[in-house]
Amino acid sequence: MGRQLLINDLDKPGIQTLEGYKACGGYTALDKALKMKPEEIVEEVKKSGLRGRGGAGFPTGMKWSFIAKPPGVPRYLVCNADESEPGTFKDRFLMEKKPHILIEGMIISSFALGANVSYIYIRGEMMYVFHILEKAIQEAYDAGLLGKNIMGSGFDHDLYVHCGAGAYICGEETALIESLEGKRGNPRIKPPFPAVKGVWDCPTVVNNVETIAAVVPITTMGGDEYAKIGIGKSTGTKLISASGHINKPGVYEIELGVPVEEFIYSDKYCGGIRNGKKMKAVVAGGSSVPVLPTDLILKTAKGEPRLMTYESLADGGFQTGTMLGSGGFIVMDEDTSIVKNLWNFTRFYHHESCGQCSPCREGTGWMEKILHKFLDGHASMSDIDLLWDIQGKIEGKTICPLGEAAAWPVAAAIRHFRSEFEEYVKSGKNMKDVKHYYRLNNLETA
Amino acid sequence: MSTSKNIQFSPEALELCQKIMRRYPQGKHKSAILPILHIAQAESNGWLSPEVMDYVAGILRIQPIEVYEVASFYSMFNLKPVGKCVIEVCRTGPCWLLGAEDLVRFIEKKLGIKEGQTTPDGMFTLKTVECLASCGTAPMMQIGETYHENLTFDKCGKILDEYKGKGELVTHWKKEKVKNHSDIKQ
Repeated sequence: MGRQLLINDLDKPGIQTLEGYKACGGYTALDKALKMKPEEIVEEVKKSGLRGRGGAGFPTGMKWSFIAKPPGVPRYLVCNADESEPGTFKDRFLMEKKPHILIEGMIISSFALGANVSYIYIRGEMMYVFHILEKAIQEAYDAGLLGKNIMGSGFDHDLYVHCGAGAYICGEETALIESLEGKRGNPRIKPPFPAVKGVWDCPTVVNNVETIAAVVPITTMGGDEYAKIGIGKSTGTKLISASGHINKPGVYEIELGVPVEEFIYSDKYCGGIRNGKKMKAVVAGGSSVPVLPTDLILKTAKGEPRLMTYESLADGGFQTGTMLGSGGFIVMDEDTSIVKNLWNFTRFYHHESCGQCSPCREGTGWMEKILHKFLDGHASMSDIDLLWDIQGKIEGKTICPLGEAAAWPVAAAIRHFRSEFEEYVKSGKNMKDVKHYYRLNNLETA
Repeated sequence: MSTSKNIQFSPEALELCQKIMRRYPQGKHKSAILPILHIAQAESNGWLSPEVMDYVAGILRIQPIEVYEVASFYSMFNLKPVGKCVIEVCRTGPCWLLGAEDLVRFIEKKLGIKEGQTTPDGMFTLKTVECLASCGTAPMMQIGETYHENLTFDKCGKILDEYKGKGELVTHWKKEKVKNHSDIKQ
């Protein structure tokens, strides 16, 4: 299975507790970090090649180096635990099973950034994980790992959990900051970037749960060693949330570079397609990234095996490629209707649009309505072109990337599965009750 | 603006609100609004009336409109009365691929209500919600803080019967965790 740096030791007794985590070497990275200079830790993270694990893949060390340091102004680290991208559930898994790795990563990262206060913004729906984190933080305070003069280092740090209340948009970092300030989650216009003006107008770094957790093994092993794992600019390990029509859904920690075909069909990972069906398509990095048909997800347009790396999945651009994104790997079997699945995604983006920008607010709703026409049997061929036109007019014309997130799935579905849209038009039937998508044929007995 | 003089949270809830407000810098306690609205739902039968929101504005020392605009933005806040148990079925992406629609139909049939409605006895409200980050264990539903995963009709039916048997109010921030909040750090 390759090396596991984040979700290892889950079988060890009490790994959820401070004692159990420490028994597996927990908090030795913190001890090491506190004896380093903050800028040395930033340097190690840069050398590691770690890239943001929330979806954007921006180099973490570089993001950290942008933080402004005006004298007398507090700096903040905020952990983005608002995991809401459909198909993604790795952060919830990690926080639930091993809360202390996130806490240790938060303290190390805050020390590196010179932040004396940090927050974990967890989505409100994960309230039970909120309480798990509260308990773990309390343990850390009681052990002198949080609070004043941590481990005699002279570094003071307070860590709090903050819960959201149901809004996909709050996963966007400036919306998250607005929400943390107690407002509606409307993304901010950038610049200024959070590194200069973030929460309460102070310099702020927002990092994903997995990114912050990865700082722990990077501190332990050193940036150079971490960078030896993976291929090229895709270094280290990545948590992949595997779901859909596969035999073994779940969270897998992979060394970046595993072939996609192996990931889908090997018993080490997804274990192939369930019920002996054939695969039809994959959404490789959360609902926002382009869907690819089987031939293009397994091999690039050049015929090379596709690998689980940022670069290989993006090979061919959006014409023939996709993105690693958040690692939300959704597999669809041959019975799946791409059109109806797209309707489901588009309905989601319409529901989650914050409403600030007209192209997104109006465009997502319009696309949802048109997709409804396909399902009802009322669409015409020109509706395919209309959909294409609308998505193109959302992309790049909104304050935040929700616009792109809503546009890309539509574009990719038309690009790769246009004939399926045409079939819906030709049939002209109300398809709602036709077995054109996966039904729960085994739900009653499973 | 409506009157909130009839609203009174328990001393424990008020103490918890103050505890949470102290987590943010001086003068920035408005940040506590989302956690406090969760607590408010636990204290107010699972939903936020205008009176309750006004009361929360008083706790936070902000204008009621600031509470209304936030409460209406976030999907977890119920602005109309709900049943004791709000069933939230995930309808997005992988859950849909694995039969969320059929699950909703099953629950509708079992409870005799449609999505968005409350049973006449006030026990259940059925909602569909967006992805709850439980895609590997689809299909699933959330009731209060609990994730019920890998559902079948049979399993789902038994779970609902259990809630009905208990007949208790179930909120995301559990009532007993509002009452006893020793786990919440200052």
